[in-house]
Amino acid sequence: MISKHTETVLKNGMKVLLKEIHTAPLISSWIWYRVGSRDEPTGKTGISHWTEHMQFKGTPQFPGTVLDKAISREGGRWNASTSHDSTKYYITLPADKIDLGLRLEADRMVNSIFDEKEVASERTVIISEREGNENEPLFRLSEAIQQTAFRVHPYHHEIIGDMADLRTMTREDLYNHYRAYYVPNNAVMSIAGDFDTSSMLARIRELYEPLPAGKAPVRLARPEPEQKGEVRLSMEGPGETTYVQVVYRFPSATHPDYFPLAVLDSLLAGASGLSYKTSRLYRALIDNEYAVDMSGWSEPTIDPYLYRITITLHPKREAEEVLAILDSEIQKIQEKLVSKNEIVRAIKQARAVFAYSSENITNQAFWMGYSEIFASYEWFLNYLDNLAKVTPKDVQRVAREYFKPQSRVIGTYVPING
Amino acid sequence: MVKKNQLSTLNNKPLSLPSSKDIYREVLPNGITVLARSNFNSPSISISGYLAAGSIYESDEKLGLADFVSSALMRGTEKHTFDDIFNELESVGASLGLDSNVHTISFGGRSLVEDLPLVLNLLSEVLRTPTFPKREIEKMRAQLLTGLAVRAQDTSDMASLIFDQILFDGHPYSRPGDGFPETIQAITRKDLIDYHRLYIGPKGMVIIIVGGIEPKKAVAEVESALGEWQVKGQKEAPALPPHKPLKKTVKRHYKIAGKSQSDLVAGTVGPRRTDPEFFAASLGNSVLGQFGMMGRIGDVVREKSGLAYYAYSSMSAGIGPGTWEVSAGVNPKNVNMALDLIVKELKRFVKNGVTADELADSQANYIGRLPLSLESNGGVASALLNIERYDLGLDYYLRYADMVRAVTRDDVVETAMKYIDPEKLAVATAGP
Repeated sequence: MISKHTETVLKNGMKVLLKEIHTAPLISSWIWYRVGSRDEPTGKTGISHWTEHMQFKGTPQFPGTVLDKAISREGGRWNASTSHDSTKYYITLPADKIDLGLRLEADRMVNSIFDEKEVASERTVIISEREGNENEPLFRLSEAIQQTAFRVHPYHHEIIGDMADLRTMTREDLYNHYRAYYVPNNAVMSIAGDFDTSSMLARIRELYEPLPAGKAPVRLARPEPEQKGEVRLSMEGPGETTYVQVVYRFPSATHPDYFPLAVLDSLLAGASGLSYKTSRLYRALIDNEYAVDMSGWSEPTIDPYLYRITITLHPKREAEEVLAILDSEIQKIQEKLVSKNEIVRAIKQARAVFAYSSENITNQAFWMGYSEIFASYEWFLNYLDNLAKVTPKDVQRVAREYFKPQSRVIGTYVPING
Repeated sequence: MVKKNQLSTLNNKPLSLPSSKDIYREVLPNGITVLARSNFNSPSISISGYLAAGSIYESDEKLGLADFVSSALMRGTEKHTFDDIFNELESVGASLGLDSNVHTISFGGRSLVEDLPLVLNLLSEVLRTPTFPKREIEKMRAQLLTGLAVRAQDTSDMASLIFDQILFDGHPYSRPGDGFPETIQAITRKDLIDYHRLYIGPKGMVIIIVGGIEPKKAVAEVESALGEWQVKGQKEAPALPPHKPLKKTVKRHYKIAGKSQSDLVAGTVGPRRTDPEFFAASLGNSVLGQFGMMGRIGDVVREKSGLAYYAYSSMSAGIGPGTWEVSAGVNPKNVNMALDLIVKELKRFVKNGVTADELADSQANYIGRLPLSLESNGGVASALLNIERYDLGLDYYLRYADMVRAVTRDDVVETAMKYIDPEKLAVATAGP
């Protein structure tokens, strides 16, 4: 029911990945622009995310009020999101209705209006979105840590942007951003579902090939200098609960160490998408009543980014005690080889999670485009095989190399009513 | 020119909706109802279901008891420790979890096909022979109390909690399922053991299995794991008392200092899932605060006024009276302005109902979205659970499109008038 995918580059430089899946009468279409918070200079932070919002405000052919109704009427689902490295839009529709999605996406690649009034009302919507985020202690802590971990590289600011910039950016700023980055040669399209590849490709050529290529977008190139020594910070806020977040520096997704680090993450904090109650940190921190919750999280990125361990403290514990336990767990992996069985288990977990997610056509199209942004679809297709190659020695080596106190940032959220 | 309808290859083969032709239903001699449907495109299984053991049994002094029990069941059995249970599950990439609400304790899990017996046997063990180890109970208590401390700082959670308290004053639906710090402190190990002994049993239990397995084989697996389970004297749920409708709008604010955004919930009682006007209310609600970018509410509060990142209406229709509410997150200084806009929309909705175009749009959406909601094993399992919980009939999805299309504009406005009185709303806010 699932065929091999095909990859095509259109004459204007747009890359198209197609994968037939004939299990349900659905098609999911994604378009990815290679632009995100990594492309934003100071003064324009949050511009990629705001531009994403403006893409729902309409074109002359599909006015904003018509757009979402047209999709919803067909029973479709659509949305968008902005990350460090990309801005993406998806539409999943009953298979016989996908043409609407294809036309709409081609149209708003070039014809969005960015009406002055719409910009003004979206400004307050996004400010409200940020105020909602600021209600959350962990948003504020993560933001402070990220700013500390990246002084030079534009990964330093939150995707939503700083309040100062949200108040001052203009319609012209947003429109220029749109024109500079929303060009076919900066876009990747990924479509999965119930279609015939040759007719789908013909339709895509018909709709997208006439769109002219633009100039290659200018990129910021500001690599983060090496961190020399642990940095600690603390912040205060309302509440009774103390949170500690520790970040280590992880390499980019295409680095060969990414896979042993993925295994290490799974051993420390559990497999992504499953419960984590037998992970090493759960046993050490939660079973032993130092914490009431914890998580480990990393994301594949173009440039080196972070691995974040977030710990919700047990009310009777202090941050220092908890950090000592965390350090001793990391030390164990650095000093003693993990068993082969532990790695085999991590791979079985990853295989199960892959099986669950393959039921969902939207998800299949997502991974095809997402992996293309930071590596290539081959990265995703070979993911399990690359995990299977990881040895206990690899895990030990990366634990020693990447989990050094000298290159980490530790942040504590101190509750003022605690 | 490529014709757009050539793009789909299953065009002439519509989605196969779950129906009596492919749902296998069997009631085991001990009272457990099993529904199963196969999906051989999938190498995995989705399991879901419930037991008739929800928080309706717990006293005001021990609020949160059903919730505590539902998590504590996984903390150790006669044969396995907490760590053993999760080691078995996590080693094969499977999952299993339990949760509670007013009427039921629900469970859900998934696994690769070959691991279904492992998950069912663990489910059977945690339901039948939990030991509620002391140390685990105290660990959980600290986790629950921290959860409540976090809840007390969450403007959205607190606005919802206060809303239920206003709307269902004196009724079991007014009580938060996760309790309060003092009620969680008051719960003893004996309370957990007693609750398990009295209320958790096969009578009223429903289990759904969807995935790469023959339905009859799935039922046989359930029977092998749970068929012999008997509980003497399993209690029946008390009848739901009537609730008192509000006589005027009641507003209450919950203060949380230091927050940059307030949450607002305003609304009223809605229909039960089994009420004949359910579809009229649901489609009306779609126009009011769901369709497209959150319907009319999203349009006035977010799109036109730029007051909120989220503003929508929702209906929650279950066994007893439901809720019909509008929610928004707004800057604290804009709470009243947003509320005025919301009340104005409610008045317009009750007075004029919906236009023919609006109704047709939402009807098309309800019918068109079926393939998406039924694409995964989990989606089909939820559909089957709905069929069983509300006695909708195995051919419900075959009738679904006709039921949606049968709703008229008059039905919507009559239902809106029946449930929504803009002068008698529960209004809860939480923020600085």
